[in-house]
Order: sequence, then C-alpha cells, then structure tokens
Amino acid sequence: MKISLEKAKQICTKSQYGEATWWELVQLNVYLLFSKECAEFSSKNKKLTSLCERAGLDTLSEDDKDDMKKKLKKHL
Amino acid sequence: MAAYKLNPDHWVDLYADYLFNYAIARVSDAEIAKDLVQETFFAGLKSAKNYKGDAAERTWLIAILKRKVIDHYRKINSNKGKAEVRINYNTSSESEGDWLEEQVADPFSKDGDNTIENEELGLAIEDCISKLPKKQSLVFKMKTIQGMSTEDICNELGINPSNLWVMIHRARTALMGCMNQTWF
Repeated sequence: MKISLEKAKQICTKSQYGEATWWELVQLNVYLLFSKECAEFSSKNKKLTSLCERAGLDTLSEDDKDDMKKKLKKHL
Repeated sequence: MAAYKLNPDHWVDLYADYLFNYAIARVSDAEIAKDLVQETFFAGLKSAKNYKGDAAERTWLIAILKRKVIDHYRKINSNKGKAEVRINYNTSSESEGDWLEEQVADPFSKDGDNTIENEELGLAIEDCISKLPKKQSLVFKMKTIQGMSTEDICNELGINPSNLWVMIHRARTALMGCMNQTWF
C-alpha cells in the first residue's frame, strides 16, 4: 500500500489524463491526506491541465514538420 | 561580416510550433498558418545575412512572421472592390422589437482581453515546452495537445507505457517550474 512521494506524483500526473487505475487513485488519495508536498504538487498539476486547455494549443504534425524540413533544405 | 550565426537546420524543431501558434491565433486557419510559417523560414534564409544578432533567433523569425501575416491580410483586402457589405437585420420573431444597438459588439465585453491573455498563455506554454528535452517535448505534445492514446504513442515511438508516464511526468514538472512565476 505504501508508495513513494515520486510514485504518488506520477499517479497524480496519470490521473490528469484520466488514465490512473482505481487502485492507483486509492493510493494517491491516501497519500494526499498525509503529504502537504504531494497536495501542493497535485494542485499545480491540475492548474497546468486547465492552463493547457485554456490556451487551446495547436501543434504541427511530425509529417508536416518533415515536409517543412525538406522544403527548407532545398533552399539552403 | 556579422559574427552572429543562424541555425536554419534546427528552425523547424525549435520554432515551428511556436510560430504556428502565433500565426494560427491571427489567421484562424491551420493550413494558412502552416504556409505562413514555411514562408517565414524561406524569408529568414533569404535575409539571413541581415541578421545582426540584436534579437534572439526566434524573436527575429517572429518579426518576419508578423510581416507575413500583414501581407496575407493585404492580399485578401486587395480583392476589396469585389466584396460587398451586407447588414443582416435579425428577422427571427424571438428578437422582434429588440433595439439594433443590442446586436452590435459590446465595447465593455472582456472577450477581447481573454483572447489576448489566452494567446499570451499559449505562447508562454510553447516557450516552456521548447526548453524541454526533445523526446519529453514530443511525448508531452502527442499526449496533451494532440490527445493521442497511450498505446498509439508507445507504438509510434517504440517505448513502453511506464517510460511514457515517466517522460510526461518529468515534462509536466519542468513546465510547472518554468511557468510558476507568471501563471501559477
């Protein structure tokens, strides 16, 4: 049942994507009761998720980037 | 001869996403934004000899992109003569009797402020992502921005789920540190 702080933080990250298992969530919630550091990390982690959603980030696909590189190389 | 050297070989890896986010916020079209980024790189190469090193490479490329965005709108507006302005009066029975003034933009609306703030936020996140190790940044983008499944990312990159979560965890921890002072 006992997990390390690092492991608790990793589960916290996994839970931000809704991919922590039921058992991992139990472990994390128990840990959060006793660890202020983990609770602070968890709150920042949630905030980061909401900032990423708010920013509505876009990214180019790897194919697009490869294509850009090829075209750029021709001009070099 | 200028003592400052540009690194066009790394431009796509280092700046493409940052420039793309900058462009898409201004033209609201992914294809046009992509073309503008590509044109920015070409223009950067063309005027590389004018780079004096006064600004960082990325700032210099952003300045070029800004001009590309302006050119894009100029090109659109050159067709102005063909355009026609239409005012659509609201004909629905629900809004019958409403004042026309109520239908125009509210000058006190905070929507504009939010858009600007979200754009700044997006560029700040992109800036922090660009400081991550390449693989961490790639995995973070695939999972968080592109919303890919864990299985697909693992198959594409040839890693196992444990590795993936360690990388995402490290990336997020670094991003929290990077953005801490301004946004948390």
